[in-house]
Amino acid sequence: MAFLELNGVVKRFGKNAVVDGFSLDVEEGEFVSFLGGSGCGKTTTLRMIAGFETPTEGSIRINGDEIANVPPNKRGVGMVFQNYALFPNMTVRKNIEFGLKVAKWRPVEIAKRIEEMLSLIHMEELGDRYPHQMSGGQQQRASLARALAVRPKVLLLDEPLSALDAKIRAMLRTEIRVIQKQTGITTIYVTHDQEEALSLSDRIVVMQSGKIEQVGTPFEIYNRPATPFVASFIGNLNILEATVVDAGLGLLSVEGQKVFAAGPVTGGPSVKLSLRPEMLSLEPGAPEANALAGTLDSVVFLGSIVRLGIGVGTREIFLDRFNAPHLALPAVGSRVSVAFPRQACLVTASDAPLVGLGAVHAKAV
Amino acid sequence: MRARRGWAWLWLFFGFLYFFIPLLGTFIFSLHGKRGVLSFAAYHRVFSDPQFLETFGFSLQMAVLTIIVGLCLIIPTVIWIHLRAPWAKPVVETFSLLPFVIPPIVLVFGLIRMYSSPPFQLVSSRLLLVAGYVVLSFPYIYRSVDAGLRAIDLRGLTEAAQSLGASWGTIMFKVVLPNMRVSLLSAAFLTFSIVIGELTLAVMLAWPAFGPYMALVGRDLAYEPAALAILSFLLTWGLIGLIQFASRRMAGSALGGTH
Repeated sequence: MAFLELNGVVKRFGKNAVVDGFSLDVEEGEFVSFLGGSGCGKTTTLRMIAGFETPTEGSIRINGDEIANVPPNKRGVGMVFQNYALFPNMTVRKNIEFGLKVAKWRPVEIAKRIEEMLSLIHMEELGDRYPHQMSGGQQQRASLARALAVRPKVLLLDEPLSALDAKIRAMLRTEIRVIQKQTGITTIYVTHDQEEALSLSDRIVVMQSGKIEQVGTPFEIYNRPATPFVASFIGNLNILEATVVDAGLGLLSVEGQKVFAAGPVTGGPSVKLSLRPEMLSLEPGAPEANALAGTLDSVVFLGSIVRLGIGVGTREIFLDRFNAPHLALPAVGSRVSVAFPRQACLVTASDAPLVGLGAVHAKAV
Repeated sequence: MRARRGWAWLWLFFGFLYFFIPLLGTFIFSLHGKRGVLSFAAYHRVFSDPQFLETFGFSLQMAVLTIIVGLCLIIPTVIWIHLRAPWAKPVVETFSLLPFVIPPIVLVFGLIRMYSSPPFQLVSSRLLLVAGYVVLSFPYIYRSVDAGLRAIDLRGLTEAAQSLGASWGTIMFKVVLPNMRVSLLSAAFLTFSIVIGELTLAVMLAWPAFGPYMALVGRDLAYEPAALAILSFLLTWGLIGLIQFASRRMAGSALGGTH
């Protein structure tokens, strides 16, 4: 029996199923992210665990107890909100104290716990500040401390970093993970940011249209996407039209050039071949690796990486490589060969709903 | 730009005169209570009239009751609308305007017809007067409370409090109400200033209230009504000043904007 169990959870608003048959087991102490675009049902699922929404069908259990119809203030589920939701009339200390007083802790214990929480979030000096006297990052840390103070069974975080700027976001992200590991609290984290989900989670639940697309570790989700949606939602993709030449051998033809997939392919005669930009290389690979001949069309610096646009036949393929001071790139317009291992090939049916880099760049132009 | 600002000052000056000259006139007139000299004799006579204190005391009581009943009725309603029934907002907003559309005289005749015979014989009860005053102050209370709720993240705050284990009572008294003190204060003061000078309901329901007293004095005496007008003016402005003071102080401390 898992610590937090969601079983066949459905939420309908009118006829519209926002969450449709959501089942998930979360182990005690695990950090699980719900990842998906807006309207995928991730927040609604979180709010059902918190008790702010009631499931239309299905059951939610914490430690074996059914809680689907328990009011939110009796669930022992802590929550951190996107806009912090600190009580504006109270200092950080009073905010942390609030839940402890409600839970009728002894005053001595309360005082001890407040100091403990302040040191956990490294804000010992700021305990007497009001929310409006603090930065967004500080407010969110205070709100984390407030939620953790009462020792909830499960901690829910609803896009807690999306209102913060990039630097603070990365810092607080690390801090959240450290605190979660320290306290060992079972955590559900809702986000639309794949980088957050990949860097924080033990497991990721990728959602679309109210349904689970895939559940897996960040490594599995990124390297072995179960559905085309997951493949295109996580990371970047080059998507190429290909025709199956030999299904058994996994031999494809892309723009008239031969490409071997890692194994037999199905769904021919025409399929989609997806390649991650960082799996491609200009250096020749192993003898059995694939190679596509093309022309270097563009070089875009993206900070730590450089994105090369390479024309292969009528298509544009993007290749990412690390930036370096001594990076020597071929001149734009020169002929290059794009090498990639067979394992890098992701073959899907030709009507799979994929969003690739080409589309993104086309839109950007 | 400069010229335009000059015009603005000019119009402000005219506006000021428009309000201030009658006030000044009334004030000077009120000082003529003793023949030949300027004095506060009229004020003295007003304060020494036992009826003044009696009626003022009565209206003060009614005002306090109206504020309590009105806030108790409207705060939970508006919170409920904000959280659970946003669709009801336009309906309630329309209702809240009715007291402006329906003259008090119509209201009071309706009340008398409705409550003068069994099963509801309430015409001689203070309850009916307070109920009528609650109706009259409904638009002001509603608007103040609504503005106060709009200014805070009601849903976020209640959900945060709920997830910390708080019951509705705790949420209301520890979280929601303390964060809308200013608007509650302004609702209370507005209600106070309406009830304290109200005439129609008090006359028709035959209560010895301050409004009818002022009307009576105005009919029978010369200088005292002017003194009363100045007094009630000062009272109102004093209250508005208090609202301003309170809101500025609170804005400086707990209710500052979010960064």
